[in-house]
Amino acid sequence: MKKVFTRPRSLKDIPTHYCPGCTHGIVHRLVAEVIDELEIFDRTIGVAPVGCSVFAYNYFDCDMFQASHGRAPAVATGIKRVLPDRVVFTYQGDGDLAAIGTGEIVHAAARGEKFTVIFINNAIYAMTGGQMAPTTLLGQKTTTTPYGRDKEVNGYPVKIAEMLSVLDGTAYAARVSVHDPAHVIKAKKAIKRAFEVQLANLGFSIVEVLSACPTNWGLPPAEALKWLAENMIPYYPLGEHKKPAEVG
Amino acid sequence: MAKILMKGNEAIGEGAVRAGCRYFFGYPITPQSELPHYLAKRLPEVGGVYLQSESETAAINMVYGAAGAGARVMTSSSGPGISLMQEGISYLAGAELPCVIVNMIRGGPGLGNIAPAQSDYFQATKGGGHGDYRVIVLAPASVQEIIDLMQVAFDLADRYRNPVMVAGDGILGQMMEPVELGEEKEIQIPPRPWAATGRMGGEKKLINSLYIVPEELEQHNLKLARKYALIAEREQRWEEYRLGGAKLVLVAFGTAARICKAVVDRCREEGLAVGLIRPITLWPFPQKAFEPVIGEAERFLVVEMNLGQMVEDVRLTVNGRRPVYFYGRCGGMLPVAADVVREVKKLYGGEGQ
Repeated sequence: MKKVFTRPRSLKDIPTHYCPGCTHGIVHRLVAEVIDELEIFDRTIGVAPVGCSVFAYNYFDCDMFQASHGRAPAVATGIKRVLPDRVVFTYQGDGDLAAIGTGEIVHAAARGEKFTVIFINNAIYAMTGGQMAPTTLLGQKTTTTPYGRDKEVNGYPVKIAEMLSVLDGTAYAARVSVHDPAHVIKAKKAIKRAFEVQLANLGFSIVEVLSACPTNWGLPPAEALKWLAENMIPYYPLGEHKKPAEVG
Repeated sequence: MAKILMKGNEAIGEGAVRAGCRYFFGYPITPQSELPHYLAKRLPEVGGVYLQSESETAAINMVYGAAGAGARVMTSSSGPGISLMQEGISYLAGAELPCVIVNMIRGGPGLGNIAPAQSDYFQATKGGGHGDYRVIVLAPASVQEIIDLMQVAFDLADRYRNPVMVAGDGILGQMMEPVELGEEKEIQIPPRPWAATGRMGGEKKLINSLYIVPEELEQHNLKLARKYALIAEREQRWEEYRLGGAKLVLVAFGTAARICKAVVDRCREEGLAVGLIRPITLWPFPQKAFEPVIGEAERFLVVEMNLGQMVEDVRLTVNGRRPVYFYGRCGGMLPVAADVVREVKKLYGGEGQ
């Protein structure tokens, strides 16, 4: 019988630690499928973050680095400068990338570092207990915005894909979502393009993935996906915010 | 081979290149800026990479990435910048990555000033960052010694898979002295089977300092402790100066030690039996240097460009067997030989007790 669906080679056959309904598993799988399809497994090096996905290094079967909070783009810079013929990706959450690591991500993009960033935006700090993230929506209740995020107190949510797309070093910046199968397929296409941009040495590439955190949002998994579609997408428009002509 | 005149900071750069370092990530800060200036020009000549980072925090994490990818890599800074690097240094130590970090120490705390000081001794030798770890610390006292110690620094980093700090002060970075560079040697960088360079058909490698299970972290901590004990046993380095028969032993490192050599000479001319121990490794502290002299030496005087930091290690070493005194200047001020001689005379023969 012909096998039509299988576990990606780049992902280990072990259960993950993520909460039920968390979309990290989907994104891990998409990244692994792309690595498999591009046949780059053997020369790919991943950089895992601090936060919920810190154990990503246990799930991806390629060589991995664990980086301190926010510093994955600096670590990836060091790796890629030493090994320019390898494929390097970071996998970062919104607390990691959009708060403590803002300096590192902005300057890696500005330098046009030739690695790929997978940026998980679930509008909250998850591992530390559901606190406000820079990406938390206005009015959204978190453990540190119990009355809802107030722009007068906490300012506005940060639109990372748009922000980085204005930098000349950024070759590819897209925002996707994984709340339903059609969007998951689109998300994979964007992730693949981001890696292709790196393989073509065109510059910095980032895919922002709108993701669900049912646990910290206090919602059942299916309702969390609905909340994502209804609340996050209007504020964080999907699409390719910047792409080089070469990858069309 | 003819001697050439070289600035200390530039000598660090040349010494690093000659030791096989091909990657430098750093952020400008006075008084070490001639080092990045030098490497920005020199590294591309040898096929290396010089990259100016957006911050010291980024620089040390670039070092983490490059070291984990198997490179001989270095960064440099001064006081406030080294403070920003401490998180990364802790991670480098935890992940057992070899690298060299240069600290051309300026006056502190806070922004302090840009004048030479030795006030980062605690930070360098006692950890600085979080967690149970040690960094090997080398303290050259001349431009020639810088050249020689850079090779030692990279070799020690590799041998023990540990960060090595080269700690100087602003004077050492800024002074020009004649140096002999010697023949440029072909550097054989030891193989790095642990480096994460892409599997390329091999086993998966992980560069990591996370051990979430307490039993596993304890085992990792104990493994590191065994390594540090081995380093402490094997790698103590020091210079002895006119120690024979010394009744009073000066202890000083770096620029302060050079001043103390003049003090020793002056005292000896006046018939005072004074000698000097100059620690070259600040960690491991050269305790072995003290054992042979402690019988004859009646007292020790530690001279530092700070308010008394290494003096604690001398006291730990002497462990109450002899009195240990301290003289220091701080804030970028230097101990003047005449003042140290006065201190010596006050103590020599026991007046200071």
